[in-house]
Amino acid sequence: MKWSIEVGRYDRSQNPSGPNVHGYPPPYEAAPAKRYQIFEVELDDQAMVLDGLIAIREYQDESLAVRCACRSAICGSCGMWINGKANLACTTKLREVAQDGKVRVESPPSMPVIRDLVSDMTPFWKKNLSVRPWLEGKKPVPQGLEEYRVPNAAMENLIQEVSCISCGLCLMDCESFAINPDFLGPAALAKAYRYADDPRDATVKQRLGDYSQANGIWECTHCYMCVDRCPKGVAPLDQILKLRRMAVDAGFTNNAGTRHALAFAESVRDSGRLNELTLLPKSVGLFNIPAQLRALPTALNMLRAGKMPPIIHHKIPGVDRIKNIFKKVGGLFK
Amino acid sequence: MILDHDVVVLGAGLAGMRAGLEAARNGVNVAIVSKVHPVRSHSGAAQGGINAALGAGDSWEIHAFDTIKGSDYLADQDAVEVMTSEAPQDIIELEHMGVIFYRNDEGKLGTRAFGGASKARTYFVGDITGQALLYTLYDQTLKSGVKVYEEWFATALYMVDGACRGVVCIDMMTGELNLLRAKAVIIASGGMGRVYEPSTNALICTGDGIALAYRAGAPLMDMEMVQYHPTTLKGSGFLMTEAARGEGAYLLNRDGERFMQRYAPKMMELASRDVVSRAETIEIAEGRGIDGNVLLDLRHLGRDVIMSKLPQIHEIALDFLGIDMVTDPVPVRPGMHYIMGGVRTDTDGATPIPGLYAAGECACVSVHGGNRLGANSLLDTLVFGRRSGLASSAYVKTVAAIASGEEFLAAEQRRIAALMTRPYAGETHARLRLELGMLMDAKVGVYRDEAGLQEALAGVEQLKRRYQSVAVGDKSRVYNQALTFVLELGYMLDCAEATVHGAITRKESRGAQSRTDYPQRNDADWLKHVVLRYQDGQPPSIDYLPVTITKWPPQERTY
Ligand SMILES: Cc1cc2nc3c(=O)[nH]c(=O)nc-3n(C[C@H](O)[C@H](O)[C@H](O)COP(=O)(O)OP(=O)(O)OC[C@H]3O[C@@H](n4cnc5c(N)ncnc54)[C@H](O)[C@@H]3O)c2cc1C
Ligand code: SF4
Ligand code: SF4
Ligand code: FES
Repeated sequence: MKWSIEVGRYDRSQNPSGPNVHGYPPPYEAAPAKRYQIFEVELDDQAMVLDGLIAIREYQDESLAVRCACRSAICGSCGMWINGKANLACTTKLREVAQDGKVRVESPPSMPVIRDLVSDMTPFWKKNLSVRPWLEGKKPVPQGLEEYRVPNAAMENLIQEVSCISCGLCLMDCESFAINPDFLGPAALAKAYRYADDPRDATVKQRLGDYSQANGIWECTHCYMCVDRCPKGVAPLDQILKLRRMAVDAGFTNNAGTRHALAFAESVRDSGRLNELTLLPKSVGLFNIPAQLRALPTALNMLRAGKMPPIIHHKIPGVDRIKNIFKKVGGLFK
Repeated sequence: MILDHDVVVLGAGLAGMRAGLEAARNGVNVAIVSKVHPVRSHSGAAQGGINAALGAGDSWEIHAFDTIKGSDYLADQDAVEVMTSEAPQDIIELEHMGVIFYRNDEGKLGTRAFGGASKARTYFVGDITGQALLYTLYDQTLKSGVKVYEEWFATALYMVDGACRGVVCIDMMTGELNLLRAKAVIIASGGMGRVYEPSTNALICTGDGIALAYRAGAPLMDMEMVQYHPTTLKGSGFLMTEAARGEGAYLLNRDGERFMQRYAPKMMELASRDVVSRAETIEIAEGRGIDGNVLLDLRHLGRDVIMSKLPQIHEIALDFLGIDMVTDPVPVRPGMHYIMGGVRTDTDGATPIPGLYAAGECACVSVHGGNRLGANSLLDTLVFGRRSGLASSAYVKTVAAIASGEEFLAAEQRRIAALMTRPYAGETHARLRLELGMLMDAKVGVYRDEAGLQEALAGVEQLKRRYQSVAVGDKSRVYNQALTFVLELGYMLDCAEATVHGAITRKESRGAQSRTDYPQRNDADWLKHVVLRYQDGQPPSIDYLPVTITKWPPQERTY
């Protein structure tokens, strides 16, 4: 079969000072010299996108740069945008993504580019490093040939994250990261969970406190991209939600994220609907005037678009039944 | 640029990171250099597990005996004793570092069965053991603050008066050549799987460090011992872990017969890898295969076992062949997997060259002899990675600071520049790589004979000549992979040549070396290692080293 692969080409050495070079934060859409080049390759209908790229690199254009090693979703090298979605080239079948035999691949606009399909993963690794991704073993460390005695279930619980291959697909398409480049992001927070819920770790409390800070677990907007994109079933959002629960249980509630969640829940409990007027002051703090002012343009835009919440907040009928639900669920909102 | 460290480790797989950590613990200035980010290293692909005699009823002596028998008595028994007796401590240490090993009901480490082992002594994390270990060591490396030069590609060893004092690398990001000057270098660059096509190895396993050490004068040993894994996926050659058979999978021929009963009635599918690979090759050659393959049947294990213990191979078979192993058997064939040979070292990882150490798959201590047992290789990387880290950090304290190197770096820069400007003359690295791989698989595979090996030798020599005119089809400085592919091809050709010479030299059948013209093991003449030394423009010089026998005199090998 003939496939037509359109590749986004870029070479940092040709663009010494564009925003794409050392540029950080994103977005990098303004990359000055990205150009698209179409290659035709002859491959069977089981072929993966990576097979196509390797065929190009080996027999048509040796200058095409693409990272790959394992060819089977193990090494995490080959993350890229395929038709505008972050994906692994080595396990994406051409026939599943091609439209009329055509497919477009490029480095994702959320990451700096080095060359062609080779993204600069520095943001990814920096985030990883900042969650303290190593075990701080409980003392005393078992002596001699003794291991830490822990139930198998506690270890199996962590396999989901340990399956992460650091391909970065989740971060590439994460919506919070697109807005806030300092957001720790899905993979790093999943790793954070992996160590925070390891029964052998001695610093869980400190971890939960750290992860509750700005740019941490409360910065995620639940867009679900990471769950959708992850090739290994890591479901970073799930890990983030678990961390949130652990952090609230451990008493880390004095931050915008928790206050937002609490205000949200309180409003629903007491009136059966969201009181958007009080949500913001309650989230950022009633006397946090600068933060409330920062939200003013959004509020004005909402007003202009006719989306201003009603000044008088009405309860919905039957709100008692909702209160009962909260009682049943228990926790902080009884 | 010239950068100074006490110890430079070439490679960031399990062996390299373990070596780096140990050297750092001993207070020396260490750096690790790797052509890919550490977690992309091939160690991450190891699925099945890691061996240690830690359980009740097991002992390091039994583990040692299994290893030695598996090696077809070519392993050095002192080295095997070191590895198996230190294994329990290394596994426990990994656990303390954070590896989420499978546990039994008491919360202690639990095991699974593996090929060639008389006890279930393989510790594991699902079927991502290598990945779990690699990430834990990477995390520990981050914690230790050891400097890692990521995506730096080694092009030459810096030699001073016959001693190794550094590595020259290309920084892929800038294209710049830098000398990492050091008092000792530990080569931990992994295997050379891509010399064969197909292979279970990643595209980055090209024997770089082996060739660099060889050219620098370090002897290579037992290079003819190339392991074919019995269960690699039809077509693509991906590995279907031995853990599948460890969990109870069958091997069937086209008649649905469990043919291993005719070859290894006791151990059946769990006989040693060389034995099973030969059996499959015979079944296929005698017309009882299907399309050049046999079948790996897991259906009777049930969905739960497959999905909980073997999810990764389930996914690979589904992705690449569209086969769901819960409902259908999977076609497999023997495929190149591992090299037992490599840079000769002692049990401290030291080569005969001062300042040069080696550990992991690129090294030959020798603990695997003629055939490696499953789950012994990860162990090898950790034990000898640690020991070489320790030994080198003691050694560097006896060496004065290295001052020179500018000229060497300049010469290396000129060499690479010349390579970059070589005009295109019709040869590409891709074509030569493919020809080399097919040749090696056809002539230096499971079964070998003199005529085929001579053909292979002539073929490799011819490829080496053609290699002299391969051009680099990319002129950019940044992330120039065409350049590194050309350099890798050079390393691969050196490794291939050594393998063929070794196979021609050893006139017997032992372990992975099965010669149809010398079908018997011949202890009287060949209970010895084949050692090769590089000679410029000539075939290597060949001599021999005796096999160290401590407690286990050679016996006949049956499974
Ligand atoms: C599919 C598969 C499954 C396996 N399963 C098992 C198992 O279950 N149990 C077991 O015991 N063994 C298993 N093995 C074998 C085992 O995984 C390897 O032998 C072992 O991981 C090798 O580790 P290493 O540290 O020596 O090398 P690697 O992990 O290969 O690392 C090599 C390092 O060297 C670097 N490098 C190489 N060349 C250069 C250069 N020119 N410049 C700079 N850096 C360079 C690389 O970047 C890399 O970091 C398996 C092997 C395969 C292929
Ligand atoms: S769910 Fe949260 S972490 Fe995941 S991609 Fe969306 S914003 Fe990012
Ligand atoms: S969580 Fe998933 S998508 Fe994100 S880096 Fe890990 S494997 Fe890739
Ligand atoms: S090549 Fe390894 S994940 Fe795609």
